[in-house]
Amino acid sequence: MLIEVNGESKEIDRKISVREFLLELGANPKVIVVELNRSILEQSQWNNTVLKENDKIEIISFVGGG
Amino acid sequence: MSFYRTLKDREDKYIDEKLRGITEQEIYHVLEKEILDEKDFLVILSEKAEDYLETMAKRANELTLKNFGRVIHLYSPLYLSNFCDNECVYCGFKHSNAITRKKLCLEEVELEAKAVAATEILHLLALTGESRKETPVSYIKDCVNILKKHFSSVSIEIYPLQQEEYAEFVLCGVDGLTIYQETYDENTYQKIHLKGLKKDFQFRMDAPERACNAQMRSVNIGALLGLSDFRKDVYFTGLHASYIQSKFPGTEVGVSFPRIQPQTGNFLPANPVSDKQLVQAILAVRLFMPRAAINISTRENSALRKNLIGLGVTRMSAGSRTEVGGYTASIKTEGQFEVNDNSSVAQAKEMISLKGYQPVMKDWLMI
Amino acid sequence: MDDKLIIAGHEIKNRFMLGTGKFSSNEMMKASLESSGAHIVTVALRRVDIKSKNENILKFIPESCIIMTNTSGARNADEAVRIARLAQAMGCSEWIKIEVINDNKHLLPDNLETIRATEILAKEGFIVMPYCNPDLYDARRLKNAGAASIMPLGAPIGTNKGLKTKELIKILIEEIDLPIVVDAGIGRPSHAAEAMELGASAVLVNTAVSVAENPVLMAEAFALAVKAGRYAYNSGPGAIRDTADSSSPLTGFLR
Repeated sequence: MLIEVNGESKEIDRKISVREFLLELGANPKVIVVELNRSILEQSQWNNTVLKENDKIEIISFVGGG
Repeated sequence: MSFYRTLKDREDKYIDEKLRGITEQEIYHVLEKEILDEKDFLVILSEKAEDYLETMAKRANELTLKNFGRVIHLYSPLYLSNFCDNECVYCGFKHSNAITRKKLCLEEVELEAKAVAATEILHLLALTGESRKETPVSYIKDCVNILKKHFSSVSIEIYPLQQEEYAEFVLCGVDGLTIYQETYDENTYQKIHLKGLKKDFQFRMDAPERACNAQMRSVNIGALLGLSDFRKDVYFTGLHASYIQSKFPGTEVGVSFPRIQPQTGNFLPANPVSDKQLVQAILAVRLFMPRAAINISTRENSALRKNLIGLGVTRMSAGSRTEVGGYTASIKTEGQFEVNDNSSVAQAKEMISLKGYQPVMKDWLMI
Repeated sequence: MDDKLIIAGHEIKNRFMLGTGKFSSNEMMKASLESSGAHIVTVALRRVDIKSKNENILKFIPESCIIMTNTSGARNADEAVRIARLAQAMGCSEWIKIEVINDNKHLLPDNLETIRATEILAKEGFIVMPYCNPDLYDARRLKNAGAASIMPLGAPIGTNKGLKTKELIKILIEEIDLPIVVDAGIGRPSHAAEAMELGASAVLVNTAVSVAENPVLMAEAFALAVKAGRYAYNSGPGAIRDTADSSSPLTGFLR
């Protein structure tokens, strides 16, 4: 099924929790915040939230800025 | 919130000490600053600063030119009534004075208005003594409705009102309020106001604020110089003006400098203010509040008024009669105070022009 | 002398604030931060680039620093609010610099949207520092909306032109009873000193440090300039006279 990650389409081939998805991507859970369909998804929910067709995920982290 | 609280905060026992302990260095430093704060204001009101009037005058002249140009606004007072319930020791209208009491009927208001309008005056200040019974709000409003027909701006100087009442006057077309605290020294205030509602020091002090809350376009305040220590009275007048301006940035704030003049009852001021001290007061307020209107009435004589133009003054009354019906009645009642500048409006205009300033009759029009 | 900078009830130990963007490396940023001694530091939020192994910038900022998230990227109030809430969800501090820009040519902030965002975020308990054009009415609105300070621009972002808006900043300093932190346009330490001499409470600098040849030294120079400017302000400098003293006496009539 197709989902959108940081604005880009991505194909995923099985049922997967947000947490697993992030780990597979290589993201460091400690330094990111996740928005799922424009709502902030608390870290405590990552394990029991399963990705669905057309979900939009934003993975955000701190960077240098003025 | 009320200016009364600010007054009590600042009114410490040390002001006298501070005023005495001002150094030349401090004065010099303040006169170099672009924006003066409250402490600076006190410095230039000190006795020592009297030696620096010329420097202050040059700064005040610069500031006034920048903010107001070469312009003097003219207005006239019109006394509607001299009935008064208060007993203020310094006033010609005080209750115990056996003067002829008069209140204009509406036809007389019309006649007086026409007489003033004939002198080309377009800004009018309507005054009454303080008596709700004789001159209730409804009466004054009726008068305003007549005055509005003849003048482009009508201000009032009457007893302090509640906010809703000020709102009624604003709706009626009044665009300015004048109300003097007389003195900001509460002890002295109680001693000179023997009887009547005027004894309520705080109610009077909060009147400008109530008027601003009611959308009054301009307020004019001041202390009656000579009643108390003028340096402190001018200081608190300045603070009051600054408080009103900060709280109501859209309101035009003005300061007057009425000096006690001879009047019926022959009250003599405890602390008479000299011409030099009057000048110092005007200069100090101008430097502290670069955009405040500064008003000098016909309490002062023509020669002095002419010299005050250019020192910060932006408004003057002209052709004034302080008797009720003074512009038309052949038999005059007593005036509130003795007018010292008896020039006509035309003469005042000429004096201003000769000084290199433009006399302005109409600043705005209420529509 | 007690000359503490207090913002939203917190004592800020340095009137020089540093932005962390555009540095050549996180290490360089850290060294500059240390040489300047800045207490408040800004960061931004961006989408993580999964492919690149970028180190977490927070690791390079000492724990004693207050991290203020900048809502850069927001084009309107809603986006700024969204970014602020994301920062909060990260467990970051409640300090937010609101930066709402919908103009890629000049990068000027949108005061109206900034006020809207301030209203919402201040109610949610954020310490809001709004970056704005130096408009007196808007500054009053920002104060009424709950802003902890006003951050007027000295000149458009990245231009390093100095205090082009000097006269307007002076008015804000005079009229608004909040710390005024000059942000953007400060290109040299002398600009920073000038802002402080006017009476600004602090300055925020980013580009001028990060793109300097020696950012570490430049950061220190800025911190020193801010200190110098503040001392000068406190010592009451004499005025610069525009016109010479002239003419006949105005008070001669009193003699």
